[in-house]
Amino acid sequence: MAENNIISPENLVYEKTSVLTDRVLHYCPGCGHGTAHRMLAEVVDELGIQGDTIGVAPVGCSVLAYYYFDVDMQEAAHGRAPAVATGIKRTMPEKYVFTYQGDGDLAAIGTAETLHACNRGENFLIVFINNGIYGMTGGQMAPTTLPGMKSSTSPYGRDVVTMGNPLKMTELVAELPGTCFVTRQSVHTPANARKTKRALKKAMEYQKQNKGTCFVEIVSNCPSGWKMTPAESNKWMEENMFPYYPLGDIKVPS
Amino acid sequence: MKDLRLMKGNEAMAEAAIRAGADAYFGYPITPQSEVIEYLMRENPAERTGMQVLQAESEVAAINMVYGAAGCGKRAMTTSSSPGVSLMAEGLSYIAGAELPCLVVNVVRGGPGLGTIQPSQSDYFQAVKGGGHGDYKLIVLAPATVQESVDYVKLGFELAFKYRNPVMILSDGIIGQMMEKVELFEQQPRLTEEFSWATVGKKPDRDSVIVTSLQLQSEEQEKVNLRLQAKYREVEKNEVRFESYECDDAEYLFVAFGSCARITRKAMEMARGKGIRVGLLRPQTVYPFPYDAINKLAGQVKGILSVEMNAGQMVEDVRLAVNGKTTVKHFGRFGGMIPSPAEILNALEQKIIGG
Ligand SMILES: Cc1ncc(C[n+]2csc(CCOP(=O)(O)OP(=O)(O)O)c2C)c(N)n1
Ligand code: SF4
Ligand SMILES: [Mg+2]
Repeated sequence: MAENNIISPENLVYEKTSVLTDRVLHYCPGCGHGTAHRMLAEVVDELGIQGDTIGVAPVGCSVLAYYYFDVDMQEAAHGRAPAVATGIKRTMPEKYVFTYQGDGDLAAIGTAETLHACNRGENFLIVFINNGIYGMTGGQMAPTTLPGMKSSTSPYGRDVVTMGNPLKMTELVAELPGTCFVTRQSVHTPANARKTKRALKKAMEYQKQNKGTCFVEIVSNCPSGWKMTPAESNKWMEENMFPYYPLGDIKVPS
Repeated sequence: MKDLRLMKGNEAMAEAAIRAGADAYFGYPITPQSEVIEYLMRENPAERTGMQVLQAESEVAAINMVYGAAGCGKRAMTTSSSPGVSLMAEGLSYIAGAELPCLVVNVVRGGPGLGTIQPSQSDYFQAVKGGGHGDYKLIVLAPATVQESVDYVKLGFELAFKYRNPVMILSDGIIGQMMEKVELFEQQPRLTEEFSWATVGKKPDRDSVIVTSLQLQSEEQEKVNLRLQAKYREVEKNEVRFESYECDDAEYLFVAFGSCARITRKAMEMARGKGIRVGLLRPQTVYPFPYDAINKLAGQVKGILSVEMNAGQMVEDVRLAVNGKTTVKHFGRFGGMIPSPAEILNALEQKIIGG
């Protein structure tokens, strides 16, 4: 098929959703953030809720998420996204609200805001990008960094005796009556990305029914922070992250 | 017909918030201001006006909830006391940086640290000089009565939206806890306007709204700062508020704000009884500060005593206003202690007249 034919409308099978802007992503090559953005944007598109969605960006590599999502967005201070989202949702209850947060943002500095938003059962979606590291600030240890894993602040590997164990926020929030749907996914293969998208879509549909907090963890890679090629990082993630952070639904509404 | 009540300062502010058409209140209990959230929870304004009230898990969360609601163009507020306001410093800086309107009340207690639950004015610097990081300003209203506390809730929201800037009411444990006669204003409607700067859901005919204080390019961040500074100059031009008492023939001047100004006024009357011609200037806004009014009086009086319930904070602004024209001294009690009129008169005699 000639190139002209491929891009003619009747032959297009996949295109960029208009809920993503045309700005060039600033993420490192092979980083999971871009795919995660796309899955969420496609869900907003398919549900036809672009004009009714308000997002909250974190502090972390995805601090500029509002450049890419073509929805109204607020930028929160580091860790405070669930509190900001609470202020939005409580005063705009008819809107679809989501936060998009890294593991440092959600599981370290924002632990209190996260747990309490989930405990109150705030009716919004929390998207949690767990890459086991502080990507933005140059690869320091996160609360989710694996035992023995090297980072710039655990240069000899995470010593759980002095540095604590990786924090499983997703299992924690699943224990709370306020959460409705809690799942752990990944976006490193097309099949996994599709599963993530299905999870995000379900979460948005539950939000419409005011069922409580939906929490979607996406175990993701950080080729730059992990000092690996994108392909190596995905393999390393499968071999090391998934055993500790197993994929699948943790809590589904009855 | 006038709606006159006998009310506690904190409860009156809570009632004023409902009547000002506030959309949301987020707060965390702390003495001496917990009556605000208690009153609101009892009153259940969701039924009266639709106003949302939520007890947050911390002051950090409360101020960020305010940020979220304010970013949607809602009238949002919080109240706290000194240690809690310290926790809000981060959020206030973000709110100022993102140019969002909101109302924050500090019912000040003595510090530093956990300090005391007794009244104080030792958060003056924190309120008017920053508190959080970056070059930002809060508009700071300093009520001296329960009536002013009520009126400033309404005025505070008006100024917050006029300038898209956080407004603080700098109250203290005396005004928050005491009961006084107060005239309540009529119920104001809640906002229905959708502001162009607010995240209300993207419309097909406009770009998405982004509420942020982040500009990675320093040229852009400098522009933001220049815009903020221009706004602050406007505030300084338009919003200075103060009252002066017996200043026309004054040979000496007291400067005092809030509850302390009431005690100082009594000291002024006692001095006048003794033939000492002293006046009182009471800033009602401490940012913007009445520099010009004080500077004018500085040319007329032999000395100025800044009377404060702290170790000497506003006195620095008084000195800036006076600019060397006359002697400026400070008198204060602190750590929760309240000066008596006799002590203040004595300080005037020792530090200014005799000094
Ligand atoms: C109050 C505060 N403390 C520290 C920082 C510095 N900081 C920025 S991003 C970040 C960590 C981000 O890591 P994560 O949330 O895991 O996101 P990632 O970049 O990995 O996606 C830190 C510590 C900050 N911006 N604000
Ligand atoms: S530093 Fe890591 S998380 Fe950040 S963009 Fe690069 S690869 Fe992604
Ligand atoms: Mg991370």
